Amino acid sequence: MTILEVKDVSKLFGPNAEQGVSLLNQGYTKQQLAKDKHITVGVNRVNMEIREGEIFVIMGLSGSGKSTLVRMLNRLIEPTSGQILVHGKDIMKMNKEQLRQVRRKTISMVFQSFALFPHRTVLENVEYGLEIQKVNKLERKEKALKSLELVGLKGWGDKMPNELSGGMQQRVGLARALANDPEVLLMDEAFSALDPLIRRDMQDELLELQDKMKRTIVFITHDLDEALRIGDRVALMKDGSVVQIGTPEEIMIHPANRFVEKFVEDVDLSKVLTAAHVMRRPETITLDRGPRVALGLMRDIGISNLFVINRSKQLLGVITAEDASNALKNNQTLQDILITDGPRVTPERLIGELFEITSSSKVPLAVVDENERLLGVIVRGAVLGALAGEIDLKEVNQPHA
Amino acid sequence: MPRIPLAEWVQRIVEWMADHLAGLFDAISLIIATVVDFISWLFLLPHPFLFIVILGIIAYFAGRMSLAIFSMVGFLLIYNLGYWTQTMDSLALVITSGLISIIIGVPLGILIAYRPTARKIIVPILDFMQTMPAFVYLLPAVTFFSLGVVPGVIASVIFSIPPTIRLTQLGIQQVPEALVEAANAFGSTSFQKLFKVQLPLAMPTLMAGVNQTIMLSLSMVVIASMIGAQGIGAEVYRAVTQLQIGKGFEAGLVVVILAIVLDRLSQNIFKTKAR
Repeated sequence: MTILEVKDVSKLFGPNAEQGVSLLNQGYTKQQLAKDKHITVGVNRVNMEIREGEIFVIMGLSGSGKSTLVRMLNRLIEPTSGQILVHGKDIMKMNKEQLRQVRRKTISMVFQSFALFPHRTVLENVEYGLEIQKVNKLERKEKALKSLELVGLKGWGDKMPNELSGGMQQRVGLARALANDPEVLLMDEAFSALDPLIRRDMQDELLELQDKMKRTIVFITHDLDEALRIGDRVALMKDGSVVQIGTPEEIMIHPANRFVEKFVEDVDLSKVLTAAHVMRRPETITLDRGPRVALGLMRDIGISNLFVINRSKQLLGVITAEDASNALKNNQTLQDILITDGPRVTPERLIGELFEITSSSKVPLAVVDENERLLGVIVRGAVLGALAGEIDLKEVNQPHA
Repeated sequence: MPRIPLAEWVQRIVEWMADHLAGLFDAISLIIATVVDFISWLFLLPHPFLFIVILGIIAYFAGRMSLAIFSMVGFLLIYNLGYWTQTMDSLALVITSGLISIIIGVPLGILIAYRPTARKIIVPILDFMQTMPAFVYLLPAVTFFSLGVVPGVIASVIFSIPPTIRLTQLGIQQVPEALVEAANAFGSTSFQKLFKVQLPLAMPTLMAGVNQTIMLSLSMVVIASMIGAQGIGAEVYRAVTQLQIGKGFEAGLVVVILAIVLDRLSQNIFKTKAR
């Protein structure tokens, strides 16, 4: 369901900014407006729908208008034209009090510079949003403490912000935003000021938090790796316009134009492609068959392993050709030679993490869903092949199908 | 070219105001006189030794041991030299004008921090107030408020209020834009933003302004004595007019002690509060 809708939103700076919008509609370019009319186009007629519960990443280089765009979502910056609908209600038409209510209850924000209040303790910072809503002291303290605990800062409430490291300060920023229990979280380059290792941890924690709390997150970044890593969907911006909106896979595999293509060229595929992209259809057998049938099957297809499943397609284990032929000699059943501790991964696992598993295991990697049903198999070499670009792009189009 | 009759105009305006606004001036006069009298009554209420001990305790908690010792020794000297009552009168004058400066100056500072139009009007007036020789507005002050401590307070306020206004404005404008944005993003009203974010963060700068104001109004006690304000200023003035070099030095020294104690106290009282 759509929670936030951006319709034809523009932000122009300069004299006659409003006139500039109609000129844009008549086909003037950004450069012409700057030269002839001294109007700077910050955001150029952007449309996007943000769905409930997703992490929507707006990605662009500096000057692409992404920070301006996110500030228009809660009207910290007034759009020159267009509509911004929160739950279908246009915040452009709201009066001050209604807008305040949206900022207090629906949309919270986390800032690149953390923007913690230096004269307040960590706890008082987290309480701020509730304090201005005149929530009583006990209740707001309780909520703030819970929020601090959520971001892993239990026991730090009495410190001053400047006593904390950058990563911890941003956790406070996040806790402050979460204390209001907002539906939408705007994160403006929230991790950009942190050093790479800490940034990585924060991304992981954000994803983990998101699993628990299921908010809608609008995340601004200039880092494509970050965008692809955490985004359910990504909007790429250039010169104030949205160039492409899609899932990370769609953007990687079907770049909309040369700009996006150049952008994604250098991306580390191992952080984007998942197990689902490289898995093949598995060859299977049920447990009630004998070793002879299994051996025959393997010989026919030309493979040395078979996955054993039950009738509801749940993976029971794997057998190898060698064991099967021994079983035949010793009169054993498949049950006797079943290897049950072979590696299993979910389809969402990034292939960067699969290297180690495939190289240390004798049997192929099984891809299973949350009910242990077998979805596919990853053979050694497939991972490397995918990274080398040998992946069939058409097949990957629908990764989770 | 005929001479512009500026002097006549000013004279006429002042006379008109004295005639028509007498009620207002009387009311202001009554309030100020009451406040000054009350404060000096309060200061003279305890025995000087008790006062000195209390002062020492305040100075100790506000700052360091050294400040406490200096304040106590300094005020003991004042008592010993026999200027106690005069010093308390002057202290009352300084504190009253300081209070009035804060009450008027801080809101004005906030106003000009927010409103560029107000800034364009008020800042030149402040420049005018600070550079116009203080003697010049002693006269209209006397016209409106007659002789005594009240026109002294008024003249002190006019002379010493600009730093409070300017530094309040500066302090508020120095609050980082990101913090103001954060306050807005969480849905603060203008008042909440002002009192919970901007003013607390502007406090160190604002207090530097208040400290300046107190120092400036102390520098007015001698001038105020020329229009009948009692206190240590009057002692200085008398000594000068009667060519009593020794007495002049004594009274001058008292002003210096008062200045140092007030300066250090007003700086430090705030620092401890700000953590």
